[in-house]
Amino acid sequence: MKVLVPIKRVIDYNVKVRVKADNSGVDLANVKMAMNPFCEIAVEEAVRLKEKGVVSEIVAVSIGPKAAQEQLRTAMALGADRSILVETDEEVQPLGIAKALKAIVDDEKPDLVILGKQAIDDDNNQTGQMLAALAGMPQGTFASEVDVADGKVKVTREIDGGLQTVELKLPAVVTTDLRLNEPRYASLPNIMKAKKKPLDNKTPADLGVDLTPRVTIEKVENPPERQAGIIVGSVDELVEKLKNEAKVI
Amino acid sequence: MSVLVYAEHDNAALNKATLSVIAAAKEIGGDITVLVAGKGCGAVAEEAAKAEGVAKVLCADNDAYEHQLAENIGELVAEVGADYGHILAAATTTGKNFAPRTAALLDVAQISEISDVVDADTFKRPIYAGNAIATVKCADAKKVITVRPTSFDPVAAEGGSAAVESLDVVKNSELSSFVGEELAKSDRPELASAEIVISGGRGMGNGDNFEILYKVADKLGAAVGASRAAVDAGFVPNDMQVGQTGKIVAPNLYMAVGISGAIQHLAGMKDSKVIVAINKDEEAPIFQVADYGLVADLFEAVPELDSKL
Repeated sequence: MKVLVPIKRVIDYNVKVRVKADNSGVDLANVKMAMNPFCEIAVEEAVRLKEKGVVSEIVAVSIGPKAAQEQLRTAMALGADRSILVETDEEVQPLGIAKALKAIVDDEKPDLVILGKQAIDDDNNQTGQMLAALAGMPQGTFASEVDVADGKVKVTREIDGGLQTVELKLPAVVTTDLRLNEPRYASLPNIMKAKKKPLDNKTPADLGVDLTPRVTIEKVENPPERQAGIIVGSVDELVEKLKNEAKVI
Repeated sequence: MSVLVYAEHDNAALNKATLSVIAAAKEIGGDITVLVAGKGCGAVAEEAAKAEGVAKVLCADNDAYEHQLAENIGELVAEVGADYGHILAAATTTGKNFAPRTAALLDVAQISEISDVVDADTFKRPIYAGNAIATVKCADAKKVITVRPTSFDPVAAEGGSAAVESLDVVKNSELSSFVGEELAKSDRPELASAEIVISGGRGMGNGDNFEILYKVADKLGAAVGASRAAVDAGFVPNDMQVGQTGKIVAPNLYMAVGISGAIQHLAGMKDSKVIVAINKDEEAPIFQVADYGLVADLFEAVPELDSKL
């Protein structure tokens, strides 16, 4: 069976985010970019399914600037067989991404789509669910365990009160949570091999989808700063302050 | 225009998060209708009808909605929501699961985890793990929104007297089915809505040591949380995690014990009213956000605190 793994190029997890002085957004000039961490988990899960013999082909796809080729090469170094870049320099929002992915799904007909539950830049947590709705597929979001058998996938989901397990008919969409797996690092030989794997370039026009953003970002600001308080000298002083000054116990 | 609020519940009682979503709906303006979908959820509908500011409650009671499967709920809300200008749900794992599905079916954007209502089209929401706050304006005629419950003071649970109408709309995709669930059982209050939260970090050393936090929590009627470091180290289960990738909390009192204060953790608790930090490392970043810091060995300080409460 075939798995489609959509990935996103985002600011590196370890970079400290700086809001631009004119409040137009976050400063991304000369900042290290990387594959979104939840997307790495999605690639890893697909690779493990292939290693188990459940999956025969992994196709990575990204919608974004030309530079997102780097992240697709990384996905191929980790084990994806080929990839597709839908190139655009415009801002694309989850509904647009989902529409582009729906067009790819129609073309590729994967049995399973595995993607990150959210990107660490916009924190939207929408794309997988939207794709599932547009493609008429069931969804297993926030997955911490994935088990494929007999034309179905069983997904254990991280929900607020604990864990929930659902069974989905294939084809289905799965979005990854942090504890699903620990992604491997790409080895040097695999990085070299990935350079020769096929990377197909497309444009939104090729897919016939409208990616116009529906939401405009009016302003981006720093969050309100919290002032440091005082250091107390003892447990007694702490209890006294909480009782009499803060009045919270 | 009018607002549809999707109720969060367990078929027995209304989740308090819904009262915060109703508060956000009031800020948007217009008549508020609450949709309760579940199985045997009549009592929840009656409870929702008493909430302050609710004009009407719709109750869709069917086997198909028992476990809040996104395929069924997403379609139900898209159909019912056709008559409303705004569709709101709590930014819980239930709301985040179905709301984008509903939005896609309606061909509109979804706005995630709003923390403030500027006007009926404009909202504030945290991005980059809470390191920036974006003000966003949505051009779509219909707005599908998830609301961060801790950012809105809940409306009163009592005092309203809305009419309850039963809704005979059944959406059952049969694409997905419920297999089972493991819910953490606890006599302590729920993390997301507790008035006091006491959390342990990597400094706790192991899972057994959390016992000293449970003792203090039981004296204070507090919920117990953990940092991602403590969860990753296997001390406690993931549903106790407070932070950007876990639960967002904003209690009256938050006590961080043996937690260094990674940005990821701060994003989940920095809206708490009073923050206490107990850590033996005086350089720990948690002290920069704490109202009261105590530089001490937690294995001495916490039992002492327990004895003095």
